[in-house]
Parts: sequence; C-alpha cells; structure tokens
Amino acid sequence: MTDAAALSVAGLGISFSGRQILKDVEFQVAPGEFCALIGPNGSGKTTLLKAIVGLVTPDSGRIAVDADGSGGTSVGYVPQKISLDAHIPLRARDVVMLGLDGARLGVPLPSRARDARVEEMLQAVGAGDFADRRIGHLSGGQQQRILVAHALVRRPRLLLLDEPLANLDVRSVAEIVALLRRLSLQYQTAILLSAHDMNPLLPVMDRIVYLANCCAVSGKADEVVRTEVLSRLYGYHVDVVRVHGRVVVIAAHEPEEIRAALARDPVHTAEIP
Amino acid sequence: MRLLGLMFAPGFFSNAPVHTALLVGGGAAVVSAVVGVFTVMRGQSFAGHALADVSSAGGAASYLLGLNPLVGFLGMAALAAGGMEWADVRDARERDLLTGVMLGAGLGLTALFLYFAAVTGSATGAAITVLFGSMFTIPASIVPVALAIAVAALAAIAAIYRPLLVSAVSEDLAQAQGTRVRLIGLVHGSALAFAVALSAMTVGAILSTALLIGPAAAGLRLADRPGRSLAIAVLTGLIATWGGILLAYDSYYWTPGRGWPVSFFIVVLVFLAYLLAGLLARVRLRGVRLAAAQPSGCGQH
Ligand SMILES: Nc1ncnc2c1ncn2[C@@H]1O[C@H](COP(=O)(O)OP(=O)(O)OP(=O)(O)O)[C@@H](O)[C@H]1O
Ligand SMILES: [Mg+2]
Repeated sequence: MTDAAALSVAGLGISFSGRQILKDVEFQVAPGEFCALIGPNGSGKTTLLKAIVGLVTPDSGRIAVDADGSGGTSVGYVPQKISLDAHIPLRARDVVMLGLDGARLGVPLPSRARDARVEEMLQAVGAGDFADRRIGHLSGGQQQRILVAHALVRRPRLLLLDEPLANLDVRSVAEIVALLRRLSLQYQTAILLSAHDMNPLLPVMDRIVYLANCCAVSGKADEVVRTEVLSRLYGYHVDVVRVHGRVVVIAAHEPEEIRAALARDPVHTAEIP
Repeated sequence: MRLLGLMFAPGFFSNAPVHTALLVGGGAAVVSAVVGVFTVMRGQSFAGHALADVSSAGGAASYLLGLNPLVGFLGMAALAAGGMEWADVRDARERDLLTGVMLGAGLGLTALFLYFAAVTGSATGAAITVLFGSMFTIPASIVPVALAIAVAALAAIAAIYRPLLVSAVSEDLAQAQGTRVRLIGLVHGSALAFAVALSAMTVGAILSTALLIGPAAAGLRLADRPGRSLAIAVLTGLIATWGGILLAYDSYYWTPGRGWPVSFFIVVLVFLAYLLAGLLARVRLRGVRLAAAQPSGCGQH
C-alpha cells in the first residue's frame, strides 16, 4: 500500500525562522484519488504544497512522490496566487505548451505531436473556445482552466492545486470541481487540492487532509469531519454541524474570543456603547 | 530612382563611418529589442535604465584612461547587473529603491569622470559621446568586439528562451518545473548588461533605454505570441536605428557643414513606432470587439 501511494508524507515538520508551521504531518494519497486539503487561513496549506513540489525545504520528515517510470518530475502544480499580466505575449495555448517543455533549453522547434497533445489537453479542460486568446485577457475561471492544463499536460501522477476555487463564482466552482474529478479519473492522476471551504468538494473527495494547529488528520470525510476529531485537532471545542447537506465547523468559544480580543484593545472598546 | 537619390544622399553607401555605424548600430538594435522584450515582461524596465546610467560611469572612465569605451560600458553594466542579481531583492518596491539609489551613484561617478576629462582636456566632447552617443565617430576597430557581444547575448537568450517565458508568467511555476530561477535571472541580467553596453556605445548611455524599451513595447502590444513580439521588436529597432543613421547622414545636406545627431533621429523614430503600435493595437482591439459583439448581442436588442 505504501509503495503504491501517489504521495506519501511522513513525520513532516516545517518551521520558518523558528516558528513551527507544520509538525509531524502524516498522510497518503492513492493513485487517482481526489484529496481535499482543508484548513483555516494560515494553517500551512500553501506551505505543505510547496514542500511537496520542492519550493520549501522541510526541517524533518519524508515526502515521497510516486515516480512514473519515465523519470522527470511527476508532480503538476498550480500555485495559489498568480497574476497573469496582460503584457505577457502568450496565448492560452502557449502556456499549456510551456507546461510540456518549459524547463528545456533552446528555442522550440515546430512539432505536430506536441501541438496535438496540447490541443487534446485544451479540449479536455474545455478551453477550446479561448485557446488562442492572450492569457492576461482571460477571466479568472478561464485562467484557472489553463493553469490546470499547464500542470496536467505532462500527465503527472500527482496534481497539486492551491486554492483553485478562490475568487470563482458558484457556477465556475462547480464546473472546475467536476472537471478536476473527470480529469483525475481519465488520467489516473491523484489530486491534492487546498481550500478553506470543504463543501463544494464533499461530493467528489475520496479523502480529506485537515490542517489546524500545526497538525493534520486525514481519512474519509465522514471519519474526519466530526466534532470529536476536529476538537482534538484544534485543541479546543468545535462543533461540526450539518445543514442542508452542507458542513459547517463552528468554534464554540467564538463569542468569548471576540470579547477577549475587544478587551485587549481598550481604545476601541471605549467607543463601542 | 530619383526618389532613392533623394532618400540616400551621395556617398551614403561608400562612407566608412556609415558602415561602422550601420553594423554596430544594427547589432545594438537587434540585441536591445530581443533582450528588451524579456526585460519588459519581467517588469525590469527601470532596472534596464539604471544599468545604462551606471554603465555611463564606465564609458566616462575609459575616456579618461584612454581605453576602449565599449569595455568600460560593459564592465560597469555587468557589475551593476551582477550586484542586483546578487542582492536578489524580491519585494518590488524595495527593488525600485535599490535600483534608484544605484542609478544615482552611477551617474555621480559619471559626473566626476566627465569633469576630470573636461578639465584635463583629455577628451573633448566626451560628455556628449558618453551620454548621448556619437555614431559616426565609432572606431572601426570596435566592430568585431561589438558583434561578438551581440552574438553572445542573443545566444544566451535563445538558450534560456522557454524557462525565461515561464518565469515571466510565474517564478513559482518555473521553479516547480525544476528551473533554477536565480540562474535564469543571472543569465538574463548578463544579456541585459550586454545589450545596454552595445546601445550605450551607439545612442549613448542615457538614450539606450529608448532602444531597449521602445521596440519591445511595440512588439508586446502588437503580437500575442512571443516569437512575433520579438520579430516586431527587432524590425522596429532596426528600422529606427538604420533610419536614424540615414536621416542624420542626409541632414549634413539640409544644414550644410553641420549634421544633426543620429541619436535624436533614432529616438524620434522609436517614439513614432510606439505611437503607431498603440494606434494599431487599438484598431485591432476594436475589430475584435465588433466581431465578438455580432453573434451574441447579449440579448439587449
Ligand atoms: N516564507 C515565509 N516566511 C515566514 N513565514 C511564512 C512564510 N510563508 C508562510 N509563512 C507563515 O506560515 C504560516 C502558514 O502559511 P500558509 O501560506 O502555508 O497558510 P495557508 O494555509 O496557505 O493560508 P491561506 O488559506 O491564507 O492561503 C502563516 O502563518 C504564514 O505567515
Ligand atoms: Mg495558502
């Protein structure tokens, strides 16, 4: 089981200038699995993904990504914040092409096989209609599709997506989630996707990794998203509430927290009647 | 035939300084256009200008010491580029500050060297030549060195073409592909230093920015593909430079005995090309909008 995992993380610890961000993080993602990485702001989702790609060096632990036999990196990555500048003279198609050979030296030569592969990828993410438009002129949802295609075109065994659903409207969220689920089945690509709201992902996720308080719990969604489990993870009592099929995690002591924060800042409390 | 006679004043094609100017100027234009496209994409236009200003200190020093000015320009530009890459400041505002301070320090040195050159009388007109160029006085001996520098800069850019494009989109994306982004920055910085030194040699240190940014801006506006942007930039740079040389040569016949500076014409042509590119881009955009508006109509009518 361990050997077959698309990704396995064990005993991972990361700190920035002495401040612990992640501690003893442990989980596995099986090939073709759709895994949601959930956690509040600042819980270390981006840091964890960066460590898997190799942009951040961990202090301790082991990260193993399943090699795909052809050598080379088998991880596709879509970063959290990319501002695609309108000055950059690249069509959506070119960005996908650079996913294939962007690290190679020299000037690219024309290649039918490469163009066909790029075209197939563009169709797969539903980007046929805007493939020839400048990347900086596309909408957020369209850019997200192109970045997914850029990351997927090499057929990696593992695709990491950092908050790909932020800044998208409800319909685009649904479309991207459905698209990712379809792609992961089609290409047998494991997906690890970070988000702070798990609800849009509940219908598709095989597994959840929940980050809070420097630690992680992972498992099936109904094993992890429970009052006892998350309370233990956060280190204080939280309630997991289900409303109309949506899951909400509520910190029971939220009102006290806010009162305490107000009390720490007497200047402002004085002005509140 | 008569029109050609009007355009090309007698002796243009047989004049040795004109040959040198066409060769060195052409090389500078091509390299600046190619490197400039990436410099603008990377948001380093200001850094490009600062390198040029710092390089003028090297140019001025070489007049004082009687060295080949190209060596002076290149030495200081490379030093400044290396310094900036070494400092590796990520924050855009902080980088602007560093660049500005470096630019000031460079020009200060230039002022000192040019002052010495003027008071010792070792090189009359050095100030004009260093800052604003003097294409018809470029010694022919510089041609091989200049062309070697041009080829080296173009080869460097060609080698890192794709990683350079990905880094312009996002350094994180490039790094995730296994590209060493600092190395890419260093190679681009060196090519930039080469381009700036060549341009400083032709249109002068201060005006070299025009050749670096103007043609690149035109290329980036008009084309949606990197190859085409590069082609447009190169063409614009070449037309402006060679056109400027031609006009300056002809100007000896407009105002007999006293021609106009080449740099003036080049900069004017670059500026016109930039305006034209803006106009064309706007026309094209309107065309796209009209075409897009036809089928959908957005249910308004
Ligand atoms: N380069 C860095 N140097 C120092 N601290 C950092 C660095 N990068 C991140 N951190 C800190 O690490 C913590 C985790 O950050 P991270 O970006 O991984 O959170 P996140 O879960 O992705 O949050 P968000 O939901 O807001 O994107 C934060 O407290 C952040 O301030
Ligand atoms: Mg994040």
